[in-house]
Amino acid sequence: MHDTTALLIELGSIILALGLLGRLAGRIGFSPIPLYLLAGLAFGHGGLLPMNASEEFIATGAEIGVILLLLLLGLEYSASELVTNLKTQYPSGIVDFVLNALPGAVAALILGWGPVAAVALAGVTWISSSGVIAKVLGDLGRLGNRETPVILGVLVIEDLAMAVYLPLLTALLAGLSLAGGSLTLLISLGTVSIVLYVALRHGRLISRAVSSDNPEMLLLVVLGLTLFVAGIAQELQVSAAVGAFLVGIALSGEVAEGAHNLLAPLRDLFAAVFFVFFGLSTDPADIPPVLVPALILAVVTALTKVATGWYAARRAGIGPRGRLRAGGTLVARGEFSIVIAGLAVGVEPRIGPLATAYVLILVIIGPLTARWTEPIGRRFLRTAATPPKEPTLPLEPADTASTPT
Amino acid sequence: MEPTAHVSKTALPGVGTRYDLKTDAGAHLSVVVHQDGRRILAFHDPEDDDACKDAAALAPHEATALSKLLVPDPVAHLHQHIEIDLVTEHIPVTKRSPYAGRLLADTQARTRTGASIVAVLRRTAAFPSPTPDFRFAIGDTLVVVGTREGVDAVAELITGG
Repeated sequence: MHDTTALLIELGSIILALGLLGRLAGRIGFSPIPLYLLAGLAFGHGGLLPMNASEEFIATGAEIGVILLLLLLGLEYSASELVTNLKTQYPSGIVDFVLNALPGAVAALILGWGPVAAVALAGVTWISSSGVIAKVLGDLGRLGNRETPVILGVLVIEDLAMAVYLPLLTALLAGLSLAGGSLTLLISLGTVSIVLYVALRHGRLISRAVSSDNPEMLLLVVLGLTLFVAGIAQELQVSAAVGAFLVGIALSGEVAEGAHNLLAPLRDLFAAVFFVFFGLSTDPADIPPVLVPALILAVVTALTKVATGWYAARRAGIGPRGRLRAGGTLVARGEFSIVIAGLAVGVEPRIGPLATAYVLILVIIGPLTARWTEPIGRRFLRTAATPPKEPTLPLEPADTASTPT
Repeated sequence: MEPTAHVSKTALPGVGTRYDLKTDAGAHLSVVVHQDGRRILAFHDPEDDDACKDAAALAPHEATALSKLLVPDPVAHLHQHIEIDLVTEHIPVTKRSPYAGRLLADTQARTRTGASIVAVLRRTAAFPSPTPDFRFAIGDTLVVVGTREGVDAVAELITGG
């Protein structure tokens, strides 16, 4: 009984603190993610207030948080959107991967953390934060801009790539042999293709099977199905998050909308718990030693994301100013970097503090680069252009080097 | 023949859909239809056509009001030619309705009122042109077309007033 009391008090104080922090973040117009991480750091081991009673509950909540994050991401996309994006934007996806995953991998190798940690850190620096970026685009009133579909397209490809990357990472972390790893990858690729096919062809059937007029039943069915599939996926070494993402993609139309509205508050709660949990399991004393590599990595991968955005927007025939805006917007990293780091902490404990510092830097800088890359870049372009020609005049459709799409 | 304006459509995955319109006068407008039902009306910057100069987010009811102001009234235009006075109404089937759980044929709506039930909207799907053996459920919304009197009579039947 006494344990329950302590649990309630600890949990209540954590969630209350998160709520107050979230309000503060909303007032400044910031993403609450960095504040949640900081709160976790403050509460956890070596922090100000060690938590003992609620640790197990928070760990489970964090699992559920990751699953719900990916489920809702899947609900936002329809299978046809994913496939069309993959067809039209795959070169941008490849450039994105090469430019942004490599610095992470190289950094891990330089630090001497070994190949598995390199694969994990590559993921941390590769995936932009869909959540932060979607919010920034709305806040800056850029949803109508021509470069916005390009930005969203890059995000979609990254999210889809996660469905291949996470199983691979899980296999590597589990120390599977090459054969075991390939089998896992084959299973996950097969599952992804089957789910995409079924969702494209028979999405209505699935949605009808799940659909219910009663919100309570819909909530229970969707949540139960997702947790069940996530558990099965984990059992097959495919990673629970990917299972949840696929459930989200398979549901479409009315059901997806209803489920989205019902589950969004749950997602917010458990995702906040997840960020806190990540902060809890990181000792604040470990952060200062990795601060310099995190800073270097943040600067390098911010620039590579700008280059990615520039390339992707140029392919779509967008002028230089739009290209800079696309690049600056893509800089923010967030929830997925933390999800990936959370998986890898078991193998390389130092990846936790590094990822925390890295995400803290970029989630704060991301909205700023989204806003200021274009004006600063324009000034830079203007001084760099030796002939007094205005290099910023758009209205020139795709320039000479860009490939037609 | 009236000239038709060309509107291009772009999907915004995870956000919604964007529609672009370039007017003959040279202005470039875009409307983003957000998945949550909001509309964002944006005016493109003449200096940088890729970007929006101004963007206004409209809640669904505001978008409806604005669209009413923008649409040249097609009904008034009809009135000059044909004396037709049809109204369309959405009538909900509530718990109190005597026809909840019964067939469309039982209502004999068309025989009794002259108005037709042209569609039934459910939360899960819409059923256009329901047949006489269609069974109403609580929570359905009937789309009824007819004269003002006819539609009112159907509403009275269905709600059991």
